[in-house]
Amino acid sequence: MLMDTPDEMLATAAAQGDRAAFATLVGRHYGRIHGLAWRLTGVKAEAEDLAQDICAALPAKLRNWRGEARFTTWLYRVVVNAAHDLRRRQATRSRASQGWGDWELARQDEIATQAEAEDWLAQAMTRLSPELRDTVALVLGEEMTQGEAGQVLGVSEGTIAWRMSEVKKRLRAMAREDAK
Amino acid sequence: MTDDFDDLKAALKAAPAPDADAKFRAMALAMKNFDALQGSPDPARSSEDRTDAAPLNGVRRMFKFLTSRPALAATTSVAALVVGIAVILPVNLRVTEPGTTTDKPETPVVEPDLRTETPDAAPENSTVASVEPAKPAEPPVTGLASGNDQPVLDAELVVDEVAEAEPAAPEAKVAAASEAGGEAAPGLVMDGTILAEDDAGAVMRERAAVEPEPSLSYLPAPAPEAVADTLSPPVENTEEYANDAPNPVKVTVEEPVSTFSIDVDTASYAVVRSSLTGGYLPDPAAVRVEEMINYFPYAYKAPTEAEAFSSTVSVMPTPWNPGTRLVTIGIQGALPAIGERPPLNLVFLIDTSGSMEDANKLPLLKQSLSLMLSELRPEDQVSIVTYAGSAGLVLPPTAAADRATILASLENLMAGGSTAGAEGLELAYQVAETMKAEGEVTRILLATDGDFNVGVSDPEGLEAYVAKKRETGTYLSVLCFGRGNLDDAVMQSLAQNGNGQAAYIDTLSEARKVLVDQLTGALFPIADDVKIQVEWNPATVAEYRLIGYETRSLRREDFNNDKVDAGEIGAGTQVTAIYEVTAPGSDALLNDPLRYGASATEGDPLGELGFLRLRWKAPGEDTSTLVETPISGTEGSSPETRFAAAIAGFGQLLQGSVYLGDWGWDQAIELALANRGDDPFGYRIEAVNLMRLAQSLSH
Repeated sequence: MLMDTPDEMLATAAAQGDRAAFATLVGRHYGRIHGLAWRLTGVKAEAEDLAQDICAALPAKLRNWRGEARFTTWLYRVVVNAAHDLRRRQATRSRASQGWGDWELARQDEIATQAEAEDWLAQAMTRLSPELRDTVALVLGEEMTQGEAGQVLGVSEGTIAWRMSEVKKRLRAMAREDAK
Repeated sequence: MTDDFDDLKAALKAAPAPDADAKFRAMALAMKNFDALQGSPDPARSSEDRTDAAPLNGVRRMFKFLTSRPALAATTSVAALVVGIAVILPVNLRVTEPGTTTDKPETPVVEPDLRTETPDAAPENSTVASVEPAKPAEPPVTGLASGNDQPVLDAELVVDEVAEAEPAAPEAKVAAASEAGGEAAPGLVMDGTILAEDDAGAVMRERAAVEPEPSLSYLPAPAPEAVADTLSPPVENTEEYANDAPNPVKVTVEEPVSTFSIDVDTASYAVVRSSLTGGYLPDPAAVRVEEMINYFPYAYKAPTEAEAFSSTVSVMPTPWNPGTRLVTIGIQGALPAIGERPPLNLVFLIDTSGSMEDANKLPLLKQSLSLMLSELRPEDQVSIVTYAGSAGLVLPPTAAADRATILASLENLMAGGSTAGAEGLELAYQVAETMKAEGEVTRILLATDGDFNVGVSDPEGLEAYVAKKRETGTYLSVLCFGRGNLDDAVMQSLAQNGNGQAAYIDTLSEARKVLVDQLTGALFPIADDVKIQVEWNPATVAEYRLIGYETRSLRREDFNNDKVDAGEIGAGTQVTAIYEVTAPGSDALLNDPLRYGASATEGDPLGELGFLRLRWKAPGEDTSTLVETPISGTEGSSPETRFAAAIAGFGQLLQGSVYLGDWGWDQAIELALANRGDDPFGYRIEAVNLMRLAQSLSH
């Protein structure tokens, strides 16, 4: 029965101390947490750590579940915030330490054996600012609407639309450069 | 393009599958915490208070024994630094001085995003409490635990508290608390970003990691980075540099044409000097070789009366590689008679944010600008716009003849507030617009310590704005002061997009060089959008490498496209670019010939090395002029070009370049000394001394 229960009900039950509901909820969404964490950080190990941290903090966070937003929106917000925390902790402003940057550096050190698609992805992501990366991770990676992504990131829908057009612009510029 | 968009989507969708073990561990941990929470009557802790800390227990145990004074002092300083950040970062979050608001909750200006940190300080940090009986900061809130029945997510009350009691430096910071009557939402991150809390959390983590507490298990797992930060030297530095990896060696057959924009900035050299005289080697990313070379005046052949500039090519053996040659392209801008210069409209856009208070920032800036004032003519106009928190017009356009008024306004500038660069820039362009007149040169001089992005959600947008304003004919130059949060990347890009120069001013003599000695060059452009394109002859040049100009490279087709922006040359200034070229068959070739490729060694092997094309526009014009010169390979070198080569070597040594072989500091110093020539201002001998300093520092 639990398997069919909507997220929101499970969350409410878990917030009130229902152990089974909580277990179902985490099991159901671990993949989602991990996926977004990967899209935001670009590093598998980091995504795992981040996902673990989020799971560990989830019981406490659920106490503040109000059932107002969709559970997934709420959860995405938690993940995005945790990823921001992580970025900030990593010597904050140095570009090299922002996940994708690390990845890029490591890539340059390696004797380019990475699969080409992934290589391209990392290159593309590295050239985007953190805000654009977050937006892309949600809109393209998680297939959210611009409104949903705006809710998660705490910005207006218009801002998301603008950011996505900006991403398109960057990609176009990249393509031009590659074609050179 | 849509393909790329779809590619990106597909690539992002293809997230690696989560590891089953990792999932198991994470779930087990989640359940453990869930159970722990059910049993505990305590309000939930913040996200920082994770129960799990296994990977770091060893580190913690180690820290338990680190109770010595230096260790504690080190922690304190790191904690203080982090608190400093907590005070600066939040844009609209009200953060008050330590200990002043514990009993005065305030309405936060922040949106609903929030998280509460319960004051763990009291019971758990018992060690701390016993050392320093700090008050355990009660949250000024009622209804702490009444979490679930208040359904208004957006109106959540939030208390952010970190009561700190450090043995060495007692500090208590209380961040915003919201209106009473709401309810606290312990341990929640609802949405948005929470800067102050996070940093405060980091402080707690770091303290937790070092303090000899017996009961640490409840504390958050300090992230490994945080521990590393604690141990690293407490140099808090948020500088960002604009640079790319050094240009690689190119094979002429594959890519015979090299295109770039000239660069008249000198900021990199001054930053390097400031680092070296400060006793440490500069960050390799801060070294832009072309800016170091272009810092120095060179005595190139002066242009004839009809020309805006002349170009001088010279070819000589490479000092660091006997198998290659250096091709130096020197451009000398014409120096119109000083008396005939057009009237000048200057808008000083001055950063008066709190960080400008240091002696080497605002005070130096005032001195620098007053130095410059005496060089202006009565018909020139000056106005001053400041930005900090809010932008303001401090001095409306005033004739330079009225020195007293201008000096008085300069003197009255005070540092304080945070930086809102974008607004200030808009105002400066508005003011500049009112000062414009036919035949006059209008320029904004932006003086800042680098922080330009508070309140600007999108730095690229700012640059686009500057690029758009460039069309109106107003130039923008950037003067950077002080170190520590130099945002070299933004400064570079603003100056490049604004048709201006970026200079870094660390001393009054540098201010003199930039603003007085080179006043004409820095302020009066004689050629806009100067682009250089060199086509190498594969018969005589098998490989080539452009030294520096990484941030200035252009696409081949951009050369003929007058819409594409490039650098400007000021009156009487010189710009130098150096290529290292390798002849076919040389031992110094780095790439082997292709087995199956077309070995296109057509052309005359005794002929020209290459063909130099220069494009430029007269200031204000839309169409460019093309100047073409063959590079015969027989052009001789001069002390000027040899000195430039020594500086190129200096820059590459600082970058740790792989192309220098055994060539080192001794050789660079020798070469620079031998070719310092007529050095009336002592710039070159200063460079030699910097090389000596760098040599000592790199041992």
